[in-house]
Amino acid sequence: MAFALDEQQQMIAETAAAFFAENAGGERTRAAMASGIDRDLWRAYCRELGFGGLTVPEDLGGAGLGHVELAVVAEQAGRTLAAIPLLGHAMATAALLASDDRAAIDAHLPAMMAGDRSVAAGERGGEGLLVPHAAQCDLLLLLGEGGAHLIDASAATVEPLKSLDETRPLARVHASAGDPLPGGAAPCEAARAAGVLCLAAEALGGAQEALDRTVAFAKEREQFGRPVGSFQAYKHRLANRTVEIEQARSAVWWAACALDEGHETRALALHAAKSFCADTYLRVAGDMIQLHGGIGFTWEHDAHLFFKRARAIANMLGDGPHHRERVARIMLDDAA
Amino acid sequence: MKLGFSDMEEAFRRECASWLDEQMAGEFADIRGIANLVDKPERRKAWERRLAEHRYSCIGWPIAWGGRDATLNEQVIFAEEYARAGAPNRLNHMGVELLGPTLLALGSSEQKARFLPAIAEGTAIWCQGYSEPGAGSDLAAIRTRARRDGDEWVIEGQKIWTSLAQFADMIFVLARTEDGTRGREGLSFLLVDLDQPGIEIRPIRQINGEAEFNEVFFDGARCPVENMVGAEGEGWTVSTTLLSFERGISTLGQQMQFRNELDAVIAAAKHNGKAADPVFRQRLAEAEIGLRLMRYGALRMLAGGKGGALAGAALTYKIQWASWRRALGELAMDVLGQEGEVAPADAEGWPLLANLYLYSRADTIYGGTNQIQRNLIAERGLGLPREPRGNA
Ligand SMILES: Cc1cc2nc3c(=O)[nH]c(=O)nc-3n(C[C@H](O)[C@H](O)[C@H](O)COP(=O)(O)OP(=O)(O)OC[C@H]3O[C@@H](n4cnc5c(N)ncnc54)[C@H](O)[C@@H]3O)c2cc1C
Repeated sequence: MAFALDEQQQMIAETAAAFFAENAGGERTRAAMASGIDRDLWRAYCRELGFGGLTVPEDLGGAGLGHVELAVVAEQAGRTLAAIPLLGHAMATAALLASDDRAAIDAHLPAMMAGDRSVAAGERGGEGLLVPHAAQCDLLLLLGEGGAHLIDASAATVEPLKSLDETRPLARVHASAGDPLPGGAAPCEAARAAGVLCLAAEALGGAQEALDRTVAFAKEREQFGRPVGSFQAYKHRLANRTVEIEQARSAVWWAACALDEGHETRALALHAAKSFCADTYLRVAGDMIQLHGGIGFTWEHDAHLFFKRARAIANMLGDGPHHRERVARIMLDDAA
Repeated sequence: MKLGFSDMEEAFRRECASWLDEQMAGEFADIRGIANLVDKPERRKAWERRLAEHRYSCIGWPIAWGGRDATLNEQVIFAEEYARAGAPNRLNHMGVELLGPTLLALGSSEQKARFLPAIAEGTAIWCQGYSEPGAGSDLAAIRTRARRDGDEWVIEGQKIWTSLAQFADMIFVLARTEDGTRGREGLSFLLVDLDQPGIEIRPIRQINGEAEFNEVFFDGARCPVENMVGAEGEGWTVSTTLLSFERGISTLGQQMQFRNELDAVIAAAKHNGKAADPVFRQRLAEAEIGLRLMRYGALRMLAGGKGGALAGAALTYKIQWASWRRALGELAMDVLGQEGEVAPADAEGWPLLANLYLYSRADTIYGGTNQIQRNLIAERGLGLPREPRGNA
């Protein structure tokens, strides 16, 4: 056991960090807000970087890597608020592989890996189904009691909506249920696991970036003749957020490792990671606004992009109370 | 990156577990599960010696000094099994985990030869003489003086909050050896025998009624000049090296104790029905999540890791576990309600959860208070400006 990224994982993290730093973030994200997606970035991610098949086995033309690698990449995407359909892609890839449905795999996976076909994924909830990027993608992966349905977006009614997070806008989807992917509950479970991990890792990356930027500001901005970051109330708040981010990183690594190893704590880890990382991101992004003062409240400053992304992540694939209740069921061994 | 252990490591786990279980079921059953630091000191000294007989007293040390040269993973495993078996808190924690590694790193060969064997054999119990009435968070404000007299240092002054001094044989002391110096300059690190006329130890009663810590008065106490670790005036460096060992493997064993405490809270909540209350379920889940993340945070810290990861995980670890445990104490009392406030009229000490509630208030104070931890994280971790200092 060595609970640290190995050399290859470290390299992937660095490659992804460099790629997103160069191609995403700031202006790029803002430019993508009009259409809700950065198609060039997604194509470059799939083709130039070659990460479209990151978690696809090598005999299917992928890189054959696991959840740890997916997590380190999603973390970097989250850091730069990249407007790409990584979430749906990861979830659909997992669902297809778990279904073992050769026809569906052959029909979709190669085009998905090449970045030619994008997927938006959502979970059937109460009445209307809100799916991120549904109005921008070619396929829809809909999870529900009846299994995982992968359908053509044109076969559904997709109503685009004004969304808080314009880097990943929601749309209301109405679709009649056809046949789910084969494999029983497995495709749904695999998709949900990949999705939850992706969101947790993205939240970690976003939180880290929001913190880093606030720290940089704290050293520069002076009031009362000293840097605002020298005031203890200010630095202690940043210290608290740092403690949470470190725990969030442990949570993401634990969940990713547990998935790859089929570890007994798998379910617990995912529920823990989703709730903890989303909460952390919410707090850090909120503090980012507060600790920047007036400038943090402007449209021009990026703080609101983190703040809105954090809120969206918190609500996707189960909110904090939901996941904590799941943790409670596991630890208390009941179903209250 | 891996979660599981190898087959060989699992075999080592079984070996430790069966030995520890045998001891805790047999000859040392009377000290099994003692969670405080003060009960049955003589029996615990015997336990230190028993550990040593089987080379379990300091497995991370080199073989030449009585250890096993155990790998990090083996140390993790032993710490976990130790706590799982209900073996008592180590009376010689400060000798084994703090002074020993410091001597291995900075001690002269004579010092190693003189002091390490007795720690490994469990025959010399050590305590830590850092804090003073006027020097707590600001440790460098130390006023205890040591003056040279021939082949000896003669010590005058007072230490306070010295844990386990009443049971210890030796104390390591941070003292000012150069007149007119202030702060980190002019301090030296001395190894002092507690059994001598110039030393008086007075226990101090704590909020849980027990007396784990003490005042230690030095009135002409002596130690030979060769008992100085590092050079004269280099005591600050030695003392901070020692503190860096405080975040050692033992934290993983400590987490097993936390597990037992959380399990007791869970059992209480199931027993009185609070486990069905959605608000309590959320809080219990938070506690569970926090404990798990503590484990993986510790493993990250121990694995090293590249870049900022290690620094981050290590710097944040103390405040993380201390705050978690204090919150668990509060949760325990909320779960128990009024029943948590009482014990049989003739009870000695408090039951586990009441004691947790009280004792955990110290966790966020000793070893650097939460406020000091936040300063460290902000200054060392994030590079924010240092605290302004007064002129006193
Ligand atoms: C159970 C227990 C066991 C101990 N065992 C030992 C031992 O074996 N050996 C030993 O040497 N010591 C020991 N200590 C002492 C411990 O290390 C000190 O209590 C601790 O460092 C705090 O020092 P202090 O008590 O003087 O409090 P102070 O330093 O006076 O602090 C008082 C308050 O002021 C706050 N404060 C101080 N400075 C700052 C700052 N810069 N910014 C913001 N807030 C600040 C503190 O956080 C605290 O809340 C033990 C303490 C306890 C409780």
